[in-house]
Order: sequence, then structure tokens, then C-alpha cells
Amino acid sequence: MVLGLLLLGVVSSPGWDRVQRTFFDWQDAKDSVGPITEAFWLNVRLFVVCEVFILVVALVVAVVRVVPSPAMAPLRLLATIYTDVFRGTPTLLVVLLVGFGVPALDLAGAPTSLFWLGVIALTLSYGAYVAEVIRAGILSVHPTQWASGRALGLSYGRTLRHVVLPQALRRVTPPLLNDFVSLQKDTALLSVIGLVEALRQANIISNRDFVFTPLVVAAVLFIAATIVLARLADWLTVRSMRREAGGL
Amino acid sequence: MLRIEQLRKNYHGTEVLRGIDLTVEPGQVVCLIGASGSGKSTLLRCLNLLETVDDGTVWLADESGAEQDVTDPRVDVDGVRRRVGIVFQAYNLFPHLSVLQNLVLAPTRAAGVSRQAARERALVLLERVGLADKAGAYPDALSGGQQQRVALARALAMDPEVLLLDEITSALDPLLVGEVLDVVKGLRADGIAVVMATHEMAFAREASDVVAFLADGEIVEIGPPEQLFDAPQDPRTAAFLARFRD
Repeated sequence: MVLGLLLLGVVSSPGWDRVQRTFFDWQDAKDSVGPITEAFWLNVRLFVVCEVFILVVALVVAVVRVVPSPAMAPLRLLATIYTDVFRGTPTLLVVLLVGFGVPALDLAGAPTSLFWLGVIALTLSYGAYVAEVIRAGILSVHPTQWASGRALGLSYGRTLRHVVLPQALRRVTPPLLNDFVSLQKDTALLSVIGLVEALRQANIISNRDFVFTPLVVAAVLFIAATIVLARLADWLTVRSMRREAGGL
Repeated sequence: MLRIEQLRKNYHGTEVLRGIDLTVEPGQVVCLIGASGSGKSTLLRCLNLLETVDDGTVWLADESGAEQDVTDPRVDVDGVRRRVGIVFQAYNLFPHLSVLQNLVLAPTRAAGVSRQAARERALVLLERVGLADKAGAYPDALSGGQQQRVALARALAMDPEVLLLDEITSALDPLLVGEVLDVVKGLRADGIAVVMATHEMAFAREASDVVAFLADGEIVEIGPPEQLFDAPQDPRTAAFLARFRD
């Protein structure tokens, strides 16, 4: 109802005709959807690869920060500094620093491909966020779960791996996927270092033809990818709830 | 089996255990009774090394009779815990694992038992606690009494030599207490030594070899159940027991 009125208001506004021509032109959309979709595959590849790396980095950082052993103290400090620094730095800034900084160093063996530089930048930035989410999940598992794992003779590491982490990860799946949704959108940031991904491609076309419809096409693609992930999150949550409630 | 000498434990300057002496023979059932806060749970947690001990020794004997001081900081903690099992008041089952997986986890991951052997043993134990049909269920789908029976089976799956039971019926509906205590009674046949903190006086009287009454971190009185319940020597024991009569 509210949405309908809002839509009516927009469509009946005096400038609507011009907006429709530049933003929602069917012919422009059909012409640009091909190249933009092709470029969007780069976004998909980027975020799939990033998600894997982020999970690994975040898991390691979270575990290092949780383990109380004094031998881990230096690593723990390192992990804390890492999360503080990268959670505090705007992702765009990290992308610029890694994208232009790392190749400028001229280090032997340092990646020069824009794809991998982009992956490194996003992994560094999101790894810090996701590590905190996972750490919160680990800390939310009740101490009696640790006690009963240890009491059965399981070592600290095995209690963590088989008792605590599975419960923690299940609990943080919704916020984790939320971060991944955000990551999918932030792959567009990599256009600033010259990767021709969906947003960049859309921009190229709209600058050439003086229309904005390609940007809308890119937006629709990003939304579609997000919806897939959101439904996956819902499904996973419902499934684990149902299983533990005793159904199966 | 288990010989405790002058065990002391402080919490933030308060003496919770003040010199406990207690000997548990193989296969014996020892019940610890006493008001909440008398030190029963702390004593059990010290024996399983979930708490560190401030002073005193706990000797754990193996089959050959050789004794090992488990309060020694160099002791293999996980090894001791495999021999000395504990069941808590709040069951603490692993909610993300099925009943069968709860029983299989520690034997396969801590004791090196093969998956197949652990499963078979788990099914036998579930049969014994009367829950063979619940092997595939998840803990949250079970009643309190059923969960506590699973917790007992989980501890037994490690084949402990000593089993510590920390008020395992205190969180249960009175109607469900019996089914759990029946399982405990059955342990006698296995020759497992049991040390049990409990408020179930009738059970302590009927099923234990030795009853110890604790107050303020000390064993006030210890003896066979008939003696302790029918002819308490210490006025504090008599006063405590009087509260359970009528």
C-alpha cells in the first residue's frame, strides 16, 4: 500500500519521463545486459574466492584470540592488532593501498594480477570482521560445554574442534552470511584499481551512451546474487533449528 | 582405588575444602551428603581435575595397584580424566550431536577407539540405560531424565574406573529421578567405583557402601549407611538428617 503510493508518486512526478528514458530504458537495458553480465562473472569469481580465504583467515584469527595458553601470547597480540587495524580502515582504502602499494614495492613473488590483489585486499579487510563474528560465537558457547568435553578426556584442541566450534559456527551463520552479502557488493570497490567488473563495465557503457540504465542493470545483478545468499542463509538456519529440535 | 589425603581448596580466600581424607575401594559406591555449599561438588571437581587443588594429594591406583598422584602438575590430565569420569547436574550433552554421536565422540577422539567399536559399545550402553530407540535423536528432543541417562552412558563409554556423579538428579522432575538412579544401581555389576554427591537420602541409604556427611568443607562423619543414618555420632549429622525426616 505504502509502496504503491510511493511508486505512484515517483511515476507521476514531472521529471519521470526523462528519468525513465535515462534510467529505465528497455532497449538500453537489453543492449547492455550482455557485457555487464559477463563482467559480473568476475564479481562472482572474486567473492567466491574471497569467501573461502576469509573463512580460513577469520577462523585462524578467532581461534588464536580465544586460546588462553601463554605460549600463544605473541600470536594473540598479532591477531588483536590485525583485527583492530583492518576493522578500523575503510575497505576502499585497503583496496587502494594493496592495489597500488603492493605492485609498487616490486617484491619478488608478490602478485601483480589485479584479480589476486583485489582478493588480498578484500580478504584482509573482511577477515577482520568475520574473525570477530566467529570469536563472539565461540565465546557464546556455554563454559559447561568446555567442561564436559574436557571432563571426558578430550584435549583442549579437540574440545574446541568437535564440541565448541560446531556450535559456535552454527550460531554465527546468519551474521556471517550478512557479512558475505556485504562482501559481494564490495567487490565493486575493486573497480578503482582497474578491474573491469560489473559496475565498471556499466559505467563504461553509460559514459559512452549518456544513459544510466546500465547502472540499474548492474544493480539488479547485485541484488539477484544477494537474494540467493539470503535464501541460503534462511534455509541453513531453519534446517539446523529443526534438526536440533528433534525432528530429522 | 582412590585415596584422598588432606585435600584443601580455596576460592578467593574462602576455604571450600579444609583437609578432606577419603578412601574409595574398587567397586565401592560412596555417597557424599550435606547441605549446598558444604564442598561436595568442589571435591568431585577436584578429583576430575576440573579444579586445581591448593594442598593435599589424590592417589589414583591402576589395576596393578601402583598409585599416581593426580594433583601433580606434570600429570597427564586428559589421561586421568579418561579414567575418572564425571556426570554433572545439568547433563551438558552436546546439543549439535545426536545421542549416538555424543557417546562416540570421546572414545574415538580421545581414547583411540575405532569408529565401529565405539558405535557398537554406544548401542550396548544405550540399551542398558533404556534408550536404544533414541540413538538418532538430538538431546533437545529428550526429557531431563532421558538426557541424564544419556550423560551417564556417555561417561561410561570411556570405560572409566571411577565415576563421579555431581547431584545428577537435582535438576530432575521427582518422577524422573528413579529412572536415573536405577542406572546408577546397575553400575555395581561393572565394578566401577562411584563417588556421588546427592540429596537422595533413601538412595544413599539403600545403594551405597559408605556415606560421608560434609559440612563447611570437612567430612564430619563417615561410615556405613546404617550407622550414619540410624546412629549418627556427631550432632551436626543428626541435625542435618532430621531435616530430611518427616
